[in-house]
Order: sequence, then C-alpha cells, then structure tokens
Amino acid sequence: MIPRWKVFLIAGLVLAVIAAAIYFPILRKRVKRAARLQQQSEEQARRELTQTIPVNPSDPRVKAKLFWAADADDSALVPVTVELPLSNDTVLRSKQVLNTLLAGPVDPELRTVPPDAVLLAFYLLPDGTAIADFSEALATSIPSGIVSEQLAVDSIVRTLEANVPQVQRLKILIHGQEVETLAGHLDLTGTFIVNAKPRQPPPSAMKPTSEAAPGAEKPGASIPDNPAAAPARR
Amino acid sequence: MLLEVRNLARNAFLSPPGIIFLLILGTAIAANSQPQTQIQQPTAISQTPSSAPTTTVAISQQGGSTGSPASPFSTQSQRSGLNIVVLDPAHGGTDPGARGTGGIRESEIVLDMAIQVRRALELQGFQVVQTRQGNDNPSFDDRSAIANAQRGAIFVTLHISSTGLPGTVRVYANSDLPLVTDSNGLIPWDRAQAPFLGLSRKFADLVQGLLSQRFKGSPGTAQTATVRQLRTTAAPAIAVEICSIVVDDRAQLDHMAQGVADAIAGGAAAFRPSYVVPGVPGALP
Repeated sequence: MIPRWKVFLIAGLVLAVIAAAIYFPILRKRVKRAARLQQQSEEQARRELTQTIPVNPSDPRVKAKLFWAADADDSALVPVTVELPLSNDTVLRSKQVLNTLLAGPVDPELRTVPPDAVLLAFYLLPDGTAIADFSEALATSIPSGIVSEQLAVDSIVRTLEANVPQVQRLKILIHGQEVETLAGHLDLTGTFIVNAKPRQPPPSAMKPTSEAAPGAEKPGASIPDNPAAAPARR
Repeated sequence: MLLEVRNLARNAFLSPPGIIFLLILGTAIAANSQPQTQIQQPTAISQTPSSAPTTTVAISQQGGSTGSPASPFSTQSQRSGLNIVVLDPAHGGTDPGARGTGGIRESEIVLDMAIQVRRALELQGFQVVQTRQGNDNPSFDDRSAIANAQRGAIFVTLHISSTGLPGTVRVYANSDLPLVTDSNGLIPWDRAQAPFLGLSRKFADLVQGLLSQRFKGSPGTAQTATVRQLRTTAAPAIAVEICSIVVDDRAQLDHMAQGVADAIAGGAAAFRPSYVVPGVPGALP
C-alpha cells in the first residue's frame, strides 16, 4: 500500500511537469518577442550613431588613395585613386576615407569589408593612436579565414596610412568592445602600425608619449597592447 | 539566439512550474551523476592566460610533464632535438569556422585532415600531439599551452579559408612582435611567439615551398599575418590555410589532404636540423 502523502507528491509533480510543458511554448513566444524588440532598438541606436558624415562643399577635393582587393581570388591590395572632398580635421578626414572604403569599389567582388559594415565612431588620442569602432557586421559578415580577415584589416590600415598621416597606430573595436579576433583568426587585441613616423603632426597634438615598439614598424604590424587612456570622442 | 536562450532560461527558472521542473531534473541528475575526471592542466607553465595578460611563459622546471586528452606525455621520447609536433585542428564545438554552401564545416574537415597529417608526421619519426580530437573548442590559450609545455616542439594549426583561389594552400607565420621581457627575463604570455618568429618563418617557408610544388598557384614563400593562435605559442609555429571551403564537393578538399600532410611532414623534417631545442619547455630558442 503506497502511503497517501506519496500519492499526493507524485500527483503534484506530474501536474507540475504538465504545467511546465504547457507554459514552455508561451514563454518561448514571449522571449522571442522581447528579443525582436531589443534588436529593433539596437538597430535604431546604431542608425542614430552612424549619421552620414557631413561633407563641407568648401573642403578641398583631393586625390585619396583607397585600398581594395586586386583580384577576387587574390590576397593582394591595390591602391585606387578617388577624388574626394576631404576635411582638414584629422578625425573627420579619417571618417570620410573609411566610409568611402566601406562603401566599396565599383566592382563588388573587389570589396575587402562586408557591405553592411558601418563605422560607428572614430577617435584619435593625442599620441597618434586612432580607435575605429565598427559595427558587428564587420566581424559577423566577413568571410572567415586568415586571408580574408588580413585583407580587411590591411585595407583599413593602408587607406588610413595613405590619407591621414597623423594616425600612427590603429585599434579596432567591434560595437564598442575589444574583441580577441575579427572572425576567429586575425588578432584584434593589439594595435596596428599605420604610420611609424608621422609625416605631418597636427598643431594641436601633443608629442607622442610612447614610441612604436622596435621590430613592429611596418604598416599593419600588430603590437599586443591596449590603449590605456580613455578616448575622447570627436 | 544566445540572448533568446538566456532570457528563456531566466524566465523559465523564475516561473513556479519551472522551479518544480528544475527540482525534478536536479534530483534525477544527482542520482545519476558520476565523479568527473579532471583534465590535468599543464604543470610546466605558471599561467592563467585568459585572466592575466602579464603572465610569463619562460619557466625553470626541467622536463615538465602535462596531460592532455590527445597524448600521454609520460611516454614522451627522450630523444634530443625536435621530436614533437603539436597539431591544431582549428575551431570546433560551437565554432564551426568557415562554412561551405553544401553545409560543410571547416572544423570538421580540418579534424579529419589532421589524421592524415598526423600519420605523415609519425612516418617521419615525430611524436604528434593534437590540441583536440573531437568536436570541442579549446581556447586559443589552452591550445598554445599544450605546445608551451613541451620541450622541442613545433606547432601547426590547420585552417580552411572562405576565399582565395581554390586548390591552393598558404602558410603563415606571425607578423612582427616586439620582444619584451620583464625584470626577471621572462616573456609575457601574450608575446610568447616573439623570440620564435625567425624560426617560425623558416619553418613556414619550408612547408610553403613544398606546397607550391604540389598545388599550383600557391605562393612560393610564406606570408605573415597577425594570427591570434600563433601569438601565444612559445615554439616555432605556423598556420596552414587551404583554399577554400567554397567547393562544389567536399571530396575536392579531401583530395588535397594527403598533399598537405606530406608537405607539412616534409617541411618539419627539413626544419629539424636547424632547430636547436632549448633546455626547458617554453624557454628561449
């Protein structure tokens, strides 16, 4: 004879399992709806952050060098000269050239970065370290692999090197966060050398507080350190 | 998706039926649980790499041993010179790596390919240690730690790209890294590759040379790239990337495996005489 309390306990447990089974799909629906709403608000916030960089008609039109892939199957970059109205302000100029790079070449096969990647913010520290904050699409939409990830970073670094001589090093963030790799291969924990020696330091800039590390003076070379100073947004 | 699962779990736990459901589940799991086998961590390196970036690599213990699911190091050969190859099939677990149109995954192909590479290396007399043998995903630091705990090891990580000329193979060594040591002469964990860069490039060139003969269109010399996996590895280390996952049939990649395996084994054998093995694991070359 089973004690009565055991019968009640088993019945209670069975009822709980049934209730959980019924409640689970409802809960799942609610969570999906909440996630969709959150995604929409994130997208909205991103759009607000990435307003089009204003182009001042009085900015001089200069020949900018942008680096895209030489060939759809190749890992080499070639410079393409594009005439653009570029600001004299270092940060604005950097945003303008990077946005043009992200917009891509005429032949979409020669793109080095995903078409939906967006430059969210760009900062420049007094020591010449630039911080470029890209949307998640740069990491999630890029074809995974050493060759494709290296090509993307090289095209960003070399485009800055050719057009913004004040930038000495570049730190890449994804959606405001430091990430270990771009898409599983390329190391993003350090900074990339852009211009080992600034050709034309901005008048307002302070003297560099730290020298580029020996042995890492080629554009694109990485230094595994983190910028310590908090960036001032421009 | 992650967010969804997290929210789902949180809400489910907080609801009354959820709590009862968990209680039942917990009781069942507790009744069936067995003592877990602990994976032995490498003892030869003092490290907590993911949480302590200033951790150093160089060590003073002689002939440290370690345990890994891949190889029993207690039976490590006493031969002098280079005799261990740490073979790293990249990605795994929740990280499939590059994905092909037919649903093929980089993580699965490199794991299969590692079998042939392993066999070719063993034929050359090397002892091979794999960083993973199943569908799991050790961290970058855990994979490096396996190599850093060895004496006289080299490290090869296997990849398949999403882009590039199909049927070609590229070999990478790490880009320039400044060599920095602390006041005790120890190297920070995050720059462990720095003293080995020259050797890594030599090894990479040897393998790339053999690959270019076998796979037309492959570069004649190795490339450099800031590959995360290589940076924390205190040994001559290369990344081998096969082009590409975008093939009509997986068999095209499988057919390349033997050629890649032979080139890695041949390159390692050619590299062996030029590598003067340090006296302790992880020490400077």
